[in-house]
Amino acid sequence: MILAILTISLMAGLFGLILGYAAIRFKVEGNPVVDQIDSLLPQTQCGQCTYAGCRPYAEAIANGEAPINQCPPGGQSTIVALADLLGTEVLELNAEHGEHLEVPLVAIIDEQTCIGCTLCIQACPVDAILGAAKHMHTVIEDECTGCKLCLPPCPVDCIEMIPSVQTIDDWKWSTPRDQLELLKDA
Amino acid sequence: MTSVIVSSPYVAPVNSLKRLMIQVIVALLPGTLAYAWQFGPGVLINICLAILFALGFEAGILKLRAKPVMPHLTDFSAVVAAWLFALCLPMHAPWWLVLVGIGFAMVAGKHLYGGLGFNPFNPAMVGYVALLISFPREMTTWYLPGSISGETLGLADAFSYTFGGADIQQWDALTSATPLDQLKTGIGLNIAIDEIRQAPLFGEFGGKGWEWIAFWWVVGGLWLLVTRTIRWHIPVALLGGMLVISSAFYLIDPDIYASPLFHLLSGAAVIGAFFIATDPVTAATTDKGRIIYGLLIGLLIYVIRVWGGFPDGVAFAVLLANMCVPLIDYYSQPRVYGEK
Amino acid sequence: MPKLHHFHGGLHLDGHKAESLTQGLQQATLPERLYLPLRQHIGQYNKPLVDVGNKVLKGHVVAANSSLIRAAVHAPSSGTVSAIGKYPIAHPSGQSDDCIVIDIDGKDEAADPHIKDLTQLSPPELIELICRAGIVGLGGAAFPASPKIARGKTNGIDTLIINGVECEPYITCDDILMRSYADEVVRGSGYLQQILSPKTTLIAIEDNKPEAISSMSKALKDNSLANTELVSIPTIYPSGGEKQLIQVLTGKEVPHGQLAFDIGFFCQNVGTCVAITRALEQDQPLISRIVTISGDNIARPGNWETRLGTPISHLIELAGGYRQGDRGHLIMGGPMMGFALSGSQVPIVKASNNIMVTREETIARTPGYHDECIRCSKCTEVCPAQLLPQQLYWHTRAKAYDRTEEFHLFNCIECGCCSAVCPSQIPLVQYYRAAKSEIRATQKAQFKSDRARIRFEFREKRLLLKKQQDEERRRLKREALNKKRATSDETDSATDPVQAALERVKARKKAIQEEST
Ligand code: SF4
Ligand code: SF4
Ligand code: SF4
Ligand code: SF4
Repeated sequence: MILAILTISLMAGLFGLILGYAAIRFKVEGNPVVDQIDSLLPQTQCGQCTYAGCRPYAEAIANGEAPINQCPPGGQSTIVALADLLGTEVLELNAEHGEHLEVPLVAIIDEQTCIGCTLCIQACPVDAILGAAKHMHTVIEDECTGCKLCLPPCPVDCIEMIPSVQTIDDWKWSTPRDQLELLKDA
Repeated sequence: MTSVIVSSPYVAPVNSLKRLMIQVIVALLPGTLAYAWQFGPGVLINICLAILFALGFEAGILKLRAKPVMPHLTDFSAVVAAWLFALCLPMHAPWWLVLVGIGFAMVAGKHLYGGLGFNPFNPAMVGYVALLISFPREMTTWYLPGSISGETLGLADAFSYTFGGADIQQWDALTSATPLDQLKTGIGLNIAIDEIRQAPLFGEFGGKGWEWIAFWWVVGGLWLLVTRTIRWHIPVALLGGMLVISSAFYLIDPDIYASPLFHLLSGAAVIGAFFIATDPVTAATTDKGRIIYGLLIGLLIYVIRVWGGFPDGVAFAVLLANMCVPLIDYYSQPRVYGEK
Repeated sequence: MPKLHHFHGGLHLDGHKAESLTQGLQQATLPERLYLPLRQHIGQYNKPLVDVGNKVLKGHVVAANSSLIRAAVHAPSSGTVSAIGKYPIAHPSGQSDDCIVIDIDGKDEAADPHIKDLTQLSPPELIELICRAGIVGLGGAAFPASPKIARGKTNGIDTLIINGVECEPYITCDDILMRSYADEVVRGSGYLQQILSPKTTLIAIEDNKPEAISSMSKALKDNSLANTELVSIPTIYPSGGEKQLIQVLTGKEVPHGQLAFDIGFFCQNVGTCVAITRALEQDQPLISRIVTISGDNIARPGNWETRLGTPISHLIELAGGYRQGDRGHLIMGGPMMGFALSGSQVPIVKASNNIMVTREETIARTPGYHDECIRCSKCTEVCPAQLLPQQLYWHTRAKAYDRTEEFHLFNCIECGCCSAVCPSQIPLVQYYRAAKSEIRATQKAQFKSDRARIRFEFREKRLLLKKQQDEERRRLKREALNKKRATSDETDSATDPVQAALERVKARKKAIQEEST
């Protein structure tokens, strides 16, 4: 009896030491979890998740303050990837935050109406709008993330969100199984 | 109708499940006929019954699962499973034994896992083992091949014991254990193998009558190889494995261990090697993996026969090896083009 | 003759080549209109260099770009640009893409050629001429020739392989090309030798093309190329694939992640050699190619030398129309690796080696439905890339795309052998294509989000910096002001000017009030 207790405490102590040593030996600097989460988020920087951008949301997830289903631009695939990374359950996208669009949006500025106020430039999180004061502005389509943050500040409502142009290169083969689903639905 | 884009290749398919299964059925014919010739038409009745029940179960479950019924029934996979299952049964099996066994095979062995392609265990063997465990007496009494008793039961007799509930024991003179069974009992009683093999049940190499059936199974197996329905890896590894281990023990002590030829030619070794272990769904998929898989079954058969509690071990060996398949497949992946 | 080797798997297929070889090479007539897709190669889109209404001569550049992997598009005949816009093109999606439409004037007037003395030119100059001619690999992949040659030149080439294998069923355009233009093939190989200076050159032809072999060996003798050998290789599909051909000829494998020229091999199709010869000797850009029309629903199968941009309907007319009914199912490329076309208005492009016209039922599998995989491994036995197709299939089905990559999805050459032999008749290649496009889309999205992150972080930094600078500026100003105030306090005993002004205002208000009362 005593021997058993002794052995077990000894083993517990030993493993404790090993774990403690490993924790020091393999300590990782910084907070890579935030980086990893951030790298899975779509970087639209739209704030639909109620945070001021993707990174703050990533921090909130890492701190356990936010669930993983608040990012509409990322949609289900991002949720799955996050669940995979964090080892948590896969959730449905929370509809309160918005709806996932298959084809991302881009902003276009109606260049006739634009008065060159620069307000949209200040709002754009990724510097995707070009222009100078009192000159017409334009959106660099490739850089626009479709976050819609430039819409509210525009005093003349000249910015519109349109589905981004899908070229022939964006076309995807679908699997016979998915096709079968399609046929069934039709 | 929504039009869908279908990818290349745009050539008529060269293979089909149906073709594959028909090849297997063709290959089973000579052995089955030899079997019937030796043991009477009972086996044919069993096969027909099993096929009928199997198709019934298959159709019923497919309906329940809301799957297309006809394409699956006509791929003949259920027919092959039922055929192999029926070959494992004793000739005098009553109809309900067939029903229970094939039912278990189709429902628990196949469809509960998701149907053809998803079942990890060989359905025919699942059904057989279920019966062997539940009804050991019915499953282990065999009767003498015609070449020993001088007569085979006629069709009428066969019907009477399949449907009439007649007990096989009434033909007491005709019943006996299988040669493997007898060997095991004999060795248990410390009788030397040479003496055991004096009994009329034994022939030149294996069990009398059995050895001829084994020969016809081999013919069928070669047909499968020639038509490329199966590859050589599993049968060769399986029989090779048995040969090696049984020779080793035979050399050590021929009094307690039967000769390699006896092991190869009696029981279900040959039909197991060519027809049962080669079931693609439950076998290993890579070349290397198939050799390992075949060897494993060969060794297990021998181990079960010699040291296990059952006279023959093919079914258990196959099921055990089925369990190892994911592991074998994972560790036997071939080298990809351009990779080290 | 070098010792030949085998590649893993492969299939013996019905050739169906005799049908389109009953007639010799024919020249296709000009249609009224040519539709030239802006991009006919692997790489970035070309920009149109002409406007609607412009007159063009045969050989004029009408679209080009300046990226590294590029191939310009030239006017195949003289006429007027009548439209620039979206028209159906040869693409598996069946979608339309940007095209330049030229209304042909029928004169077929060519721009004046500038013919140079080729012996005086350095390899880079020769490569430049090939680049200007817009030449791409004519075997079907349409990879621009000049960047490939340039890479080969920098890497150093040991063996030059001229690919006249043509292993897919039905296609005979390279066969007829070698019969008709053997001299030009050999001279083109000579120019490649001049640029790449390989140790040996192998011209590989499948042994089911005896006539091509004999005319090529005659041309070889006539032109006396150094260290060049004609190799007849066994007919087995897909021996014409670059990697498989290298394996057959040398037994070597191209290591994963590398290309043929990384290990000293350079493959070029025989058709490309002819295009190179014409570009260098006659200053003729790539404006036509030989197209096989074949299949069971075309009246007169054969080979036509066709201007690029010719609608397929025009070729079908030349070939005597459909055998049955008024339409056929059209496939561009061979039956193993080709793709279905949306209709006969699609134009011939640089990659169009073959147009298969079939009755619908000869190719149709019920779309979508197939039996389940029975793990028989027949697919593994035939896979020339030595993959485990059934594993790829299971993981694609489960949408576990990262697992498909572990099973080397991107090593799959989409040869179709696995689909052809699968007893469950699973369209395996379609699963792989779906998985590949899914993975590529994810990578693209990842690329975009990475960029967005960088730009976002850059902006944050910039804003922070601006804020700091602003604060710094304000602080300096305040300090300066304070200093000034301090000094003015010392020199002048007067109070703060604002205070003083306020007091003045107060005083005046008071005075007014007093006056009024
Ligand atoms: S909702 Fe918008 S800001 Fe929030 S994580 Fe998603 S993309 Fe980034
Ligand atoms: S242009 Fe507008 S929608 Fe696009 S990223 Fe900038 S703020 Fe967002
Ligand atoms: S050939 Fe078809 S059924 Fe056989 S393993 Fe491959 S995918 Fe599965
Ligand atoms: S299509 Fe891909 S997986 Fe199938 S045989 Fe060809 S290379 Fe192998």
